[in-house]
Amino acid sequence: MNVKMSVVVRTVADIMVVPIVVFGIYLILHGHLTPGGGFQGGAVVASSTALLIVAHGAMKDNKTDLSNMESTGLTLFFLLAMVGLIMGFSLFYNSLAGTGGIFGGTVSGINPGYINTGGTIPLMNIVVGMEVIAALSLILWMMAKRSGSLEVEK
Amino acid sequence: MKKIIAVIALIVISAFLFGGVVEMRNQDGGGFGNPVETEMDEYFLENSQDHNQVNNVVTAVLFDYRGLDTLGEATVLFSAVSGVLTVLRKTISSKEGEE
Repeated sequence: MNVKMSVVVRTVADIMVVPIVVFGIYLILHGHLTPGGGFQGGAVVASSTALLIVAHGAMKDNKTDLSNMESTGLTLFFLLAMVGLIMGFSLFYNSLAGTGGIFGGTVSGINPGYINTGGTIPLMNIVVGMEVIAALSLILWMMAKRSGSLEVEK
Repeated sequence: MKKIIAVIALIVISAFLFGGVVEMRNQDGGGFGNPVETEMDEYFLENSQDHNQVNNVVTAVLFDYRGLDTLGEATVLFSAVSGVLTVLRKTISSKEGEE
C-alpha cells in the first residue's frame, strides 16, 4: 500500500513543519502575554501532525507515548490547580504570581514581555498545550490508521 | 403547498426573532449589549493585571478565575480521545494484522 504523496509535497511538508511547530510553541509559551494559549497553540502543533500524515502516509507507532503524554498533561494540570489549595487559598488560585525568584516578582502596570511572570498561568498553559498536542495528534493518527490511509512503521 | 407553509413559517419566526432582538435593545436600564450588572467584568479588567501579572485578561479568566471550567474542558478532550481509541480499537474479528 503506497499512500504517500509526490516528492514535492513531501519536501514542502518537511520544510513547513518546522515553522508550524515553532509558532505553536510560541503561542503556548506566550499565552499569558499575547493572544493564544495552551489550547490554540496545541491545535497549531497538532496540525503539523496532520500535514505529516497527509504528505507521508506513514508514521511510527507512538500511540503509547502520545497517550502517556496526554495523561501526564491532565494530571499535571490538576496538580497545578491544587497548588493554590495547598498554599492556603482556593482551588485554581494563582498563588505563585509575584512571589519572586523564577516567577519574576511583581510587575506594576503593563507587562513588557517577561515570560516568567504570571505564576501558575504559564505552567498551566504548557501542560494544557502538552495535553492538546497529544490528544489531537492521537485522534488524527488513530483515524488515519484505521481508515487505511496510513502505513505504520514498527 | 409544503413550500408555501415553510416560507410562511420562516417569515413568521424571523419576524418574532427580529422583533425580540429589537425589543431587547430598547429595554429600560439594560438590555442586550448593555447589561445591568457589570461589576464582574469590570473587576476582571481592572484587577487581573495586578493579581496575576499577565497582559492577557482572557488567559487570566480562563486559568485563574474560571479555572474549573478549563479543567472540565481538558477532561472533555480526554474523554473524546478515550472514545476515539475505544471505537477504533483493534477487535478480535479484524483478522488482518494491521499493527
